[in-house]
Amino acid sequence: MHQQTSETFDQNAREALADVQLRGALRNLATTFGGRRKEAIATVEDWEGLRDRARAAKDETLAHLDKYLEQFADNAERAGAQIHWGRDGAEACRIVLELIRARGASKVVKSKSMATEEIHLNHALEAEGLAPVETDLGEWIIQLAHETPSHIVVPAIHKSKRQIAELFAEKVGIEPTDDVAVLTGAARRILRRQFAEAEVGISGVNFGVAETGTILILENEGNARLTTSLPRTHIAVMGIEKVIPRFTDLDVFLKLLPRSGTGQRLTAYQSLITGTKRRPEDEGPEELHIVLMDNGRSRMLSHPVTRQSLACIRCGACLNACPVYQQVGGHAYGSVYPGPIGAVITPQLSGLKPAAQLPYASSLCGACREVCPVKIDIPELLLHLRAEVTEGTAAGTAAQHGPVKQRPLERFAFGLYARAWSSPTLYLLGARVARLLQGVVVRKGRIGKVGGLLAKLAPPLAAWTEWRDAPPLAPRTFREQWRDGQYREGN
Amino acid sequence: MRVSLFITCLVDQLWPSVGASAVEVLRRAGCEVVFDERQTCCGQPAFNTGYRNEARRLARRFIEIFEEGGADYVVSPSGSCTAMAHHFHELFAEDERWRRRAEALAARTYEFGAFLVNVLKVEDVGASFKGRVTWHDACHGLRDLGLREEPRRLIRGVRGAEFVELPNADACCGFGGTFSVKYPEISVAILDNKIDAIEKAGVRAVVSGDASCLMQIGGRLTRNNSQVRTMHLAELLASRE
Repeated sequence: MHQQTSETFDQNAREALADVQLRGALRNLATTFGGRRKEAIATVEDWEGLRDRARAAKDETLAHLDKYLEQFADNAERAGAQIHWGRDGAEACRIVLELIRARGASKVVKSKSMATEEIHLNHALEAEGLAPVETDLGEWIIQLAHETPSHIVVPAIHKSKRQIAELFAEKVGIEPTDDVAVLTGAARRILRRQFAEAEVGISGVNFGVAETGTILILENEGNARLTTSLPRTHIAVMGIEKVIPRFTDLDVFLKLLPRSGTGQRLTAYQSLITGTKRRPEDEGPEELHIVLMDNGRSRMLSHPVTRQSLACIRCGACLNACPVYQQVGGHAYGSVYPGPIGAVITPQLSGLKPAAQLPYASSLCGACREVCPVKIDIPELLLHLRAEVTEGTAAGTAAQHGPVKQRPLERFAFGLYARAWSSPTLYLLGARVARLLQGVVVRKGRIGKVGGLLAKLAPPLAAWTEWRDAPPLAPRTFREQWRDGQYREGN
Repeated sequence: MRVSLFITCLVDQLWPSVGASAVEVLRRAGCEVVFDERQTCCGQPAFNTGYRNEARRLARRFIEIFEEGGADYVVSPSGSCTAMAHHFHELFAEDERWRRRAEALAARTYEFGAFLVNVLKVEDVGASFKGRVTWHDACHGLRDLGLREEPRRLIRGVRGAEFVELPNADACCGFGGTFSVKYPEISVAILDNKIDAIEKAGVRAVVSGDASCLMQIGGRLTRNNSQVRTMHLAELLASRE
């Protein structure tokens, strides 16, 4: 298999569609997660009202992000945490590495965190001889397999039980089995030992409360609780958009996030961490470091349309609801953020040029917007980015890696369309010429598979008719019929 | 009540019978129907592919044409093209005069089924049809315009038609405009979930409010030599069998 990047989305997608195992793994995604989500949101009285309140809280935060970040940092420091600022991924990685080095630590455990995936922290640490161990089961599986997550919430969703059994047999040395209890038992045994020996625990952050300096981490396996409490040093990597103003805002977000993500009323664990332990006999780490990371976020903040990208709470509901994601899975996007939200965030993080295909990887059906707990208008964002692709502008997105490759033929075609279809005469003339020409391809009242020279001359027609018939143009257009008097009253 | 028909280019070029049906149903419901022959396209293909200047050119033209003629409403047999008219104002974010004109036009521009149910308050248009039918929710009608119950009420009002709901009625058919030819393999993979459900439903016809979805679904049905036919909502409502 070739190297899957965002630039090769079309090729990645074709490979994914041919991957029977992957299609099988994705088949139940919509029904399982979509169904559970529907049941879970039915247990809340005013779901729409909650979504509005959540979005309002996010909008308020983003409008005054500097103020809330300072407040968060001050209060976290007052409680004993140490705050670090990472302008980009490289700087955030360097801060984490230096913190580990300064403590002479070599045993590092990690709980699941999209922020650290985004900056490829594991790679950065491994390059310096460290071997951080992922402790979320799904993340551990893909770490063993040397893969990347294919879903924001369920990172190993692309793997079948059988593949995991084979992986464990190879890497962990247990007998191959399809007994889930045996597999998870093996993982638990190995990971417990890692926890016991760990000197540094690295986590992400779901929400950072400005008024108290508290960080909240949601999870189901208890591994994040262990990661953030057993080692002497806890390092939390937090995107600057994770801050929320008030403790009471958590009420809204805690109702929304688990229901949207996994269809749970609440995750099994919610760890609220405010600073470090106060007295020697208290439990918990002696040091808490919070790395506040920008990495392209202020650029998103600068434009009124792209700003809403920062309201995302990483629930994954849009992935589960997306007809494209359901077919091709996460790896096709060539980014740690796949699916609809990935298609809008990735070009803003990595630059539009290498990710120019992603805004087009959508039928604009709007299912993502419908399920988004914070009402991000993802189709609007996709259209905004598409306009940036064709116009070569990059307001709000990263212009790095150079301008987007232009598509002269497409531009010419749309220019011609706008000009010709601004004139009823040209429009009708075009229709008449097309009627004369279509005799070449119409058979038995439809246009079947078009091949040969014609396919080369009209690639869209070839792409359409490869798997679908096309309807022929009607002998006379509606407007001609109208002009003929066919619709005169009484006819 | 005077209604100006926004025919859409797909219906104009491919299925004028849908336009004929829409005219018939609207007249039966008591409307005076007018048609401005200068109209062409709303510009959605350009808008959705990122060509905003081209889309703006067609949008201005569209607004000018439909402002004239003194019709009370603009009605279109397409949720998607109606939604585009509702999106026009986004093209004029920095041009208040045009933005106001776009908003004023959008306020009186309706999708065909929604116009019957919500404006004319009609659910039974006197249609009859023999056999089982099902409904495909076109995404822009459903999610941009919020039309869910309107078409279902109209179908239930058709004598002789037995309505069955698809388990994935509100799932995308995979069309998506230029998406259908930029990523044809994904488009068809999405489509095949819809096709499977339609075949399992054992219907005579699958009905929808958008010619574009019907082109996508119908193109696959005929390629598979299926017995199921596609029908626009207007055609079902004009049916007298």
